[in-house]
Amino acid sequence: MMAPGSLVDSSTRVGFSARRQRLRIASYAIAIGVAILFLLPLYWMISSSLKPEYQVLASPPVWIPNPVRWANYPEALSYVPFGRYTLNTLSISLLTVLGHVISCTVVAYGFARLRAPGKEALFVVLLATMMLPYPVTMIPIYIGFNTVGWINTILPLVVPAFFGSPFYIFLLRQFFLTIPPELEDAARIDGASLLQTLWYVILPTVSPAMATVAVFSFQTSWNDFLQPLIYLHEQTKYTISLGLSFFRSSYDVRWAYLMAVSFVTMLPIVIVFFLAQRMFIEGITLTGMKG
Amino acid sequence: MKPIRTGKRLNLRRNEAISFYLCISPWLIGFVLFVLGPMLASLAISVLRWDLLGEASFVGLRNYERVFTRDPLVWQSLKVTTIYTAVYVPMELVGGLALALLMNQKLRIERLLRTVYYLPSVLPGVAFVVLWMWILHPDVGLINTLLSYVGIDGPRWLVDPDWALTALLLMSMWGLGRSMVIYLASLQGIGRQYYEAAAIDGANYWQAFWRITIPMLTPTIYFNLVLSVISTFQTFTSAYVGTDGGPLDSTLFYVLYLFRQAFQFFRMGYASALAWVLFVIILGLTLMIVRSSRRWVFYGGERE
Repeated sequence: MMAPGSLVDSSTRVGFSARRQRLRIASYAIAIGVAILFLLPLYWMISSSLKPEYQVLASPPVWIPNPVRWANYPEALSYVPFGRYTLNTLSISLLTVLGHVISCTVVAYGFARLRAPGKEALFVVLLATMMLPYPVTMIPIYIGFNTVGWINTILPLVVPAFFGSPFYIFLLRQFFLTIPPELEDAARIDGASLLQTLWYVILPTVSPAMATVAVFSFQTSWNDFLQPLIYLHEQTKYTISLGLSFFRSSYDVRWAYLMAVSFVTMLPIVIVFFLAQRMFIEGITLTGMKG
Repeated sequence: MKPIRTGKRLNLRRNEAISFYLCISPWLIGFVLFVLGPMLASLAISVLRWDLLGEASFVGLRNYERVFTRDPLVWQSLKVTTIYTAVYVPMELVGGLALALLMNQKLRIERLLRTVYYLPSVLPGVAFVVLWMWILHPDVGLINTLLSYVGIDGPRWLVDPDWALTALLLMSMWGLGRSMVIYLASLQGIGRQYYEAAAIDGANYWQAFWRITIPMLTPTIYFNLVLSVISTFQTFTSAYVGTDGGPLDSTLFYVLYLFRQAFQFFRMGYASALAWVLFVIILGLTLMIVRSSRRWVFYGGERE
């Protein structure tokens, strides 16, 4: 590989500079080459989604659709009720975000700021549950939701979010620990209640981390497949990923349509990603590094 | 005066403890409802034969006996999952780290590159897989088209039992950006003074890489390794959507098999036994990494 880390700027040292120059050019070449490889699938998806049927399967392949067939989009999206699926997914995702943001902030505040017997042990338990594979508990949870009659509703996908999620609690706790506690102390000395302190003092300072949690929670919920697959059986209740999977397996494969729908499924996440890339990165580095 | 003051302080302490438990009560209740309860219930269900509709009957350890001795598909799925994990995790480590090192050259287009590398890893799994089914199409797929340009007759990827798992590994490489971002942040957190000191001592790039960069990264590598093993062992979507476990069970991942037993055949008892076996395997793997970490994870320097 190229230079590890970046050694001290030794460009001032004569003799090294020519070698460094070559190294930089090589770095750029590799970086751009890999970037092209990473972009190619996306290009292929979009170009395929705009091709008329006979060009999709053409060999040698057609790189640029000609003519561009925009009609693939409305046709593919009306073939199966994807508008409905999008609304379903959106309502599940937004409720999940709401649940996670509220519950995780409160729980993280407790873990970061308040002293109580048993706290350390409980925090270890919280960290341990971060590692617990979902398939291990999936069956009893399903049976539980089945008993209360929640199968085929969005409740099993949404309600657990209101009980927090260890990953986000951990992330928010790390953030709380970087904020000096003086402000809250002042508020409490002035006689503010716990809820008042949370609302007026904590919330404004911690809102960037809450936004990070919201972005992650939205992405995870939007992308989820296993849980909707288990809980949603009626077609009208499908999420967009479930609908896409169903569309793929039920339809005599028309790749232009499938690519159009795949693109539409990805689009909200791509938009969120471009709007909030910083949060994505802060989120995974905050939790990824200080484990 | 003194006793009263201590009393007051005790009171404050007790109030703080009550506040703490109030604050964490959502998680605590959730823990009992969605973790502890289900774990125990799973253990109880695993000794039953139960299809959810009829009566459950007690079968003792027979479900476990079947898992270990009479079900060749369990071994097939363990084999598939283990191979996939054993290849994917090191590949992710090396690939993610290589990309991060590349990015750490302070290239002028760093932000753009980071976006490009990172984006695929946040995309919805199903759409990701459907797109790759098209890219891996044996006749007109992108990969085989590119291979044909250099005169290679590409394999039939997802429809060939000898190549399907490799195809899924290839596909997963598109998600490398996630670990790249983590390693990059970690790299940028290494203090310059270490490299300055090394340069004064006359160290070259490779020496600095092995003596400074890698040791300073080990806590991140360690953390990422644990999470990566755990999540890779649970691979589901790519197998369910991309290959449906086939062809010839060559991509029958463990969780896919568990899912089938539970939600297609409604063998709740047997599936619960499978779930517990999964739990023990993942716990064992995690503990192995944790125990080994004492020997190779370097704590020190700037970050604790």
